[in-house]
Amino acid sequence: MDVLVCLKRVPLAGGALILTPDSRDIETKHLGFGISPHEENAVEAGVQLVEQMGGTLTLLTLGPSDAEEQLRSQLAIGATRAVLIETDGQEWDPQGTASALVEAINADATKFDLIIFGAESADSAGYQIHIRIAHALNRPIITNVKSMRVENGVVNCERVVSDGREHYEAPLPAIITVRDGLNIPRYPSVPGRMQARKKTVEVKQAESRLPKLEKVKLSLAPSKDKGAEILGKGTDAVPALVEVLKSIGAF
Amino acid sequence: MILVLIDHDRGEIDSLSLRALTAARGLGQDIEAVVIGSQGAALAGLIGEFGAKVLHVAQHDLITDYTPMASGRALKDLVEKLSPAAVLAAGTPRGNEQLAHLAAFLDVPMAAECLEIALGHPHQVLRARWAGNLIESANVHEELLIATVNNFSFEAISVSGAAATVAVFTPALEPQDYVVKILSRGSAQTKAGVTLNDAKVIVSGGRGVGGADGFGNLEDLAALLGGAVGCSRVVTSSGWRPHAEQVGQTGTKVAPDLYIAAGISGAMQHIAGMKNSKTIVVINTDPEAPILRYADYAIIGDLHQIIPALTSAIRQAKG
Repeated sequence: MDVLVCLKRVPLAGGALILTPDSRDIETKHLGFGISPHEENAVEAGVQLVEQMGGTLTLLTLGPSDAEEQLRSQLAIGATRAVLIETDGQEWDPQGTASALVEAINADATKFDLIIFGAESADSAGYQIHIRIAHALNRPIITNVKSMRVENGVVNCERVVSDGREHYEAPLPAIITVRDGLNIPRYPSVPGRMQARKKTVEVKQAESRLPKLEKVKLSLAPSKDKGAEILGKGTDAVPALVEVLKSIGAF
Repeated sequence: MILVLIDHDRGEIDSLSLRALTAARGLGQDIEAVVIGSQGAALAGLIGEFGAKVLHVAQHDLITDYTPMASGRALKDLVEKLSPAAVLAAGTPRGNEQLAHLAAFLDVPMAAECLEIALGHPHQVLRARWAGNLIESANVHEELLIATVNNFSFEAISVSGAAATVAVFTPALEPQDYVVKILSRGSAQTKAGVTLNDAKVIVSGGRGVGGADGFGNLEDLAALLGGAVGCSRVVTSSGWRPHAEQVGQTGTKVAPDLYIAAGISGAMQHIAGMKNSKTIVVINTDPEAPILRYADYAIIGDLHQIIPALTSAIRQAKG
């Protein structure tokens, strides 16, 4: 079973975001980088499939040369090899990104049985690249998967909706997008990190094209401080909170 | 004309589609709507109230439930027939997915999660990114605008219009369009009791709870208030609580009457999932915790003392 997982290098921002002076990007001088949360689950799923069924796990990303850092750290989890489509660091629009990924997938000597994406990127959240790739490769696609297994050339998936679970399946080769909660991603082992240094990261170049969804600038969403009423410190403040909860009808 | 996809689950409308209809009315053109699957035809009255003149119904023997690629094909057939200026849908997983299939079939751009839309050459949109923390101003260079609408930016406002005229059409499906479909359904994998989605009260714990055992106190308080236990991402990735309880961008987005955040500092991904709660109470040792910006009330202190004291005080007050 040959699996491909597509990743995206994103800044690790948990607190307030700061923009660059030209307002076109997030200021990342003081931020580390990682991959989107759902993508950690995608890599874990790929590693587990190869452990169970044999085969290879390839990682693919489109991004600046620094994205090699994210590929290496995920190679340490247990992927076989990685491919980096190198850009000039500018953000590509979804159509441009999808067509460069399709080109790289078609050019690869490995014919992937299953391609896995994270359900959404942490930063741009365009909700479309995986679907464009499914159309270009003429493969079935199941999105937002929370539970999966591969058997007899079929991928069985469940997705969670507000009132329950939905069960889907698709014949391989197929594409799925997965969500956090699918599995618990493992941490890289020390031997894993050592091996990752020796594994191959193939670098390809791709021509950017004029974006049809063209980012003009970014701004911070207004978030005004609600001005919390501090009821006090420690257990002394409990009676005040009880009054508040009573007044809003919590009990 | 603006075409709006009205999403429904076997005939039951996703009410967020009404917000997309309201957003569409702001563009100053006639509004027509489309439902995928004949069970949606019964929505013509409701859709009319919100301003759609025509309800197109994609009818096909193979479309009896959610089949996203077939939805994309049906939308493509309709767009080619009607040439709308824009196609809109709610910014939900299903809305985004079905319009992405349409955009892929036509090989045109799609702008997801739009807060504002202005038609033109190019079209101009504001769209939400980073779990709603950033707003992108973008140009869309394409005659047809395909966009989903950010649900928090629009209320559903009725114009008391007459029922929409129903126009049935049969999309020309290809075999690959219905390979992926729902084969069966199951109930949610949660314990007996209230789920995060219906809970009026959520008692949520983060890193400050310190371990799986610490959640016992939160469970007691939640049970007393008839609510559910929630948690932050670090809690599920540490294996302290099941993922079904995770609140936030990658878990469940909630908006209960009361959200008690104990030992949660407030990463923006968590905030994105709970900031619309009616009343937010924070219990935290750190008076500088980012989550305080979103709180209505706060106690600075150790949740391990405060939560049990709160539980017994409420028990006493209840008598």
